[in-house]
Amino acid sequence: MLSVISGAVLLGFQYALLALGVYISFRILNIPDLTVDGSFTFGIAVSAVLCASGHPFLGLLAAVFAGFAAGAVTGFLQTKAKIHPILAGILTMSGLYTVNITIMGAPNVSLIGKKRFYDRFASLFGENSSGDLPKMILAAIICAVCVVLLIMFFKTVLGLCIRATGGNKDMVRASSINTDTTTVTALAISNALVALSGAVIAQTQGFADVNSGSGMIVIGLASVIIGEVIFGRRSLSVGLVSAVVGSVIYRMIVAFALETNVFSANALKLLSAIIVAVTLSVPAVKNAISDRKMKREGMKNA
Amino acid sequence: MLEIKNLSKTFLKGTPNEHKALDGISLSLDKGEFVTVIGSNGAGKSTLFNAIAGEFLCDGGKIVLDGKNITYQKEHVRAKDIGRLFQDPMRGTAPDLTIEENLALVYSKATRHLFSPALKKRDVEFFREKLLRLNMGLEDRLKTKMGQLSGGQRQAVTLMMSTLVTPKLLLLDEHTAALDPITAEKVLDITEKIVAENNITTMMITHNIKSALSLGTRTIMLEGGKTVLDLKGDERSNMSVQDLLSLYRQKSGKELDNDRMLLTRE
Repeated sequence: MLSVISGAVLLGFQYALLALGVYISFRILNIPDLTVDGSFTFGIAVSAVLCASGHPFLGLLAAVFAGFAAGAVTGFLQTKAKIHPILAGILTMSGLYTVNITIMGAPNVSLIGKKRFYDRFASLFGENSSGDLPKMILAAIICAVCVVLLIMFFKTVLGLCIRATGGNKDMVRASSINTDTTTVTALAISNALVALSGAVIAQTQGFADVNSGSGMIVIGLASVIIGEVIFGRRSLSVGLVSAVVGSVIYRMIVAFALETNVFSANALKLLSAIIVAVTLSVPAVKNAISDRKMKREGMKNA
Repeated sequence: MLEIKNLSKTFLKGTPNEHKALDGISLSLDKGEFVTVIGSNGAGKSTLFNAIAGEFLCDGGKIVLDGKNITYQKEHVRAKDIGRLFQDPMRGTAPDLTIEENLALVYSKATRHLFSPALKKRDVEFFREKLLRLNMGLEDRLKTKMGQLSGGQRQAVTLMMSTLVTPKLLLLDEHTAALDPITAEKVLDITEKIVAENNITTMMITHNIKSALSLGTRTIMLEGGKTVLDLKGDERSNMSVQDLLSLYRQKSGKELDNDRMLLTRE
């Protein structure tokens, strides 16, 4: 049981980077960005190929740049080419499939026997070095660093401009800020995080699959939303932390359900989709209920 | 300060809905002049403001602001020198950011590097001082989200924001029209105070003839995308609301005649 929990927490922290990326596009920019499915695999592909050739750290770094570029392409399509945000994301995601399979050279790449980015850190733990613990601590450190950097970034002038862009484009333009720049930057950062998530996961699990990105946007959204259910929608700093916590809890729920055979692994994506759909519809349902109540009261008084 | 020459804009050119919104309008504003703009619906008042702010490019003519030709400058570039308020109080501020963040956005963008912190400790004092002068009790609510303020409060804060760094030109597009009369009065008072203190060149669209005459230093009337009346000095100060209303009727009536003449000629 302990290994199930530690495995879930490890995955939770790794996918938390994805959740952070999704938080930026979905909650800060107010755009559900479908690039995520492609850029996640982009990160996996770049990281795996470089790791296989003996450069695990370079793999992570290159994945960040790759995701950054993918996000920038979607941003460009949205702002300069004026393509609908959803379609712009789909276009990049779809195009990336070819890019990813070209980079990998095959539908999947194995990393067995190759050096990974966490090897040296894990060796500090002596006889526990092959367990989940060192990987978990390292993943948590990476998350913490990203969260701190993001919190700092979103307090700079540019960061503030990005946050305002999601709420009121008119106002941002009126403050002499190019909203195209802020949108592109935010999407680039968002997808850089997503790709880093894929990069870390690929090296940890030891293989890369070109199809592992499908449905990632939903998993990211589910994490963000679970986090918000717990922490509520407050400030941005709380939001980022809640996305990380949401991701860990999501993985715990999944691990628990799989362990107790509540549902099969195949049901995972449907379940995630249902979690997102139900949670996002809560405000609408609340409204409908209060409207009905009001109507009933009104009829009574009439 | 502002020089507009022969500016024209036709929307939906070449279609049956073609609409000449600006018809070779020319206007010259001195520094510190406060011009109120009146005219009936569709006279081209908002179009003129949109043209100056750069929401679209004009078909012909020239806009020069403080000696710089801005006719083809991008909207966000011009925004550096032009402050703008709209009728809709929601348009001027970011609802998800707090009051201090909204102020910091505008202030730091103009004064700091993109990657420096947007909100410093000393800014907070500065913002508090500025908010205190609005006299709306907002100085103690710096951490309140903008979206929670009333329309009047948001409009007052927007006004303060757009003048935090003194703009070369301030465009007020019926910025009190969506407010209740008492709040509108208050926002107008604040407007007058801020404009006078900073000697900002200002244009204000209004449907309230009384405030068109009482506020500012000059009044222009637009009709059919042109200025048909330009009042200043004694002529303006001796003008009563009644006089202006009859002038309005006379001028717009005349314009209607012109329209009809144009139609029959074609």
